[in-house]
Amino acid sequence: MTTILATDFWTSIMPNVVANKDVFIQSTWETIYMTLVSGIIAGILGIIIGIALVVTAPGGILANRTTYWILDKLVNIFRSIPFIILLAVIAPFTRLLVGTSIGTTAALVPLTIGTAPFYARQVQNALVDVDRGIIEAAEAVGASPMQIIFRVYLREALPDLIRTSVVTVISLIGLTAMAGAIGGGGLGNTAISIGYDRFENDITIMAMIIILAIVFIIQILGDLWARKTDHR
Amino acid sequence: MAANAPIIDLKGIDVTFKEADRTVRAVKNVDLEVAKGDIYGIVGYSGAGKSTLVRVINQLQRQTSGKVTVSGQNMGALKGKALRQARTKIGMIFQHFNLMNERTIGDNVMFPLLLGSKLSRHDKQAKVDELLDLVGLSEKKNDYPAQLSGGQKQRVAIARALANDPEILISDEATSALDPKTTSSILDLLKNLNEKLGLTVVLITHEMQAVKSICNKVAVMQSGEIVERGDLLTIFSKPTQQLTKEFIETSSQIDAALANVVAQPSIQHLQANERLVVLSYAGASTDDPLIAQLYEQFKVTPNILFGNVEILQNTPVGNLGLVLSGEGDAVDKALAYVKEQGVTVRQINVAEYQAELARKAAEADTNAEGEA
Repeated sequence: MTTILATDFWTSIMPNVVANKDVFIQSTWETIYMTLVSGIIAGILGIIIGIALVVTAPGGILANRTTYWILDKLVNIFRSIPFIILLAVIAPFTRLLVGTSIGTTAALVPLTIGTAPFYARQVQNALVDVDRGIIEAAEAVGASPMQIIFRVYLREALPDLIRTSVVTVISLIGLTAMAGAIGGGGLGNTAISIGYDRFENDITIMAMIIILAIVFIIQILGDLWARKTDHR
Repeated sequence: MAANAPIIDLKGIDVTFKEADRTVRAVKNVDLEVAKGDIYGIVGYSGAGKSTLVRVINQLQRQTSGKVTVSGQNMGALKGKALRQARTKIGMIFQHFNLMNERTIGDNVMFPLLLGSKLSRHDKQAKVDELLDLVGLSEKKNDYPAQLSGGQKQRVAIARALANDPEILISDEATSALDPKTTSSILDLLKNLNEKLGLTVVLITHEMQAVKSICNKVAVMQSGEIVERGDLLTIFSKPTQQLTKEFIETSSQIDAALANVVAQPSIQHLQANERLVVLSYAGASTDDPLIAQLYEQFKVTPNILFGNVEILQNTPVGNLGLVLSGEGDAVDKALAYVKEQGVTVRQINVAEYQAELARKAAEADTNAEGEA
């Protein structure tokens, strides 16, 4: 136990990590910050778009061919753009929105735009799985479209929405690793610009370990929560 | 609304579905009147348009043309909030129960009360308890649907359907996914609710057995049309349409018994003065000692081959397979007398009947091969 905690031990196996401890602490926060903020915004957007896709789809409770067609195509287009290109392409829009196109906060815009359509699709899939008969039963007792959305769709799909959100957050963490390309910092940036570029392999490995730890924690908590809410 | 006006009045209902390459006319110019307190059975094979027709009642399906009046209200003219309000007075239960999996039994029953009911929180809880008690599931209140059997789930669905005190309950194949024993307990419950709460029930099914056990009126549907309708007793004792006869047969098994009988050598070689007949009768005619009369008046000897008597709406309905033998035209005279008594007589020519059975069997085989 004492060996593991001893600075000497770490210095011997990961000399550069120990030397750059502050960098790690900061880049871990950057990763968490980017994931959290863009995750929340993309989450709200994704849920709204996902619901809209389900209810406006043909046969949906608010079927509307035009709205569905537009949303469907938008989601497809934004999902198809490789993230690294999206970062560059939307730079003017980012500047317009947050005043700068460089830095951690600037990275929030492309992260959100890159994640929202992906999440919208996942939300759509989760909601579509709610049995059409359950929706019909709700309509039969006089539920309004809003009541059906909030009290039936979101409630019935909750376990799937949780699972889907976990997948989305994990993929979002993956995207934050690319944020370094526009000066967004984060663990991905540390791994590449310090670890890889300076041949300090222990830094790259440590960045990976921290990201893996974050992913595992989210995965485990998400699974537990989903299982707890699932009564099917 | 006039005192004796039907609670559900469908006039000239047409429902057409437009698909990519064709239009399907699921319901064709159907009129249907359901009186308050009826348990109205709508029978038909799947695809006959029964489900579409009843969905017009609560406007889950809008009619392409025709007029829907429920409790004096023109349903077709209702939209939005007014339509949702009207729907609360029409309960509906489904083949697959359609309970919300992520809510407890109590919360499922509570659901309709969360949508705008003016009851206080306490009164809502009391209502849920009362409904669960009514369907006999009080102790399951905190369970989830996944923990219940099919019959229990349907009971919860019934409790939910009754939460807003509807006047009408639509049952869409509600017993079709249940075993026979559970089916009869659910049907008993519906009958009970009909008597206790004055609930009008519209029951769609493909099982004549279900209709037979609780309905007072029946309509038979085929390809979007009602081909025959009437009160239960008339339909069962004097069906006029082939389809109706088929449905009745599935529940009485008379043809199955007959098929067995004609396979017997003694029946295949009937003497000239012997006749194979099936007598069908309903109500009062069963009280007379008919069989005894045959011998006393006409010296015709009845040999009973098979028979069954069922009680439909407190009236006995019977079928009797006999071989009658008598001197000269005694058998004909006896049958004429029997007809006078209001009994339906079906004379079976054994050779023809067997040929028909063989033809039907061949037909069924061809169909089965076509599907395979």
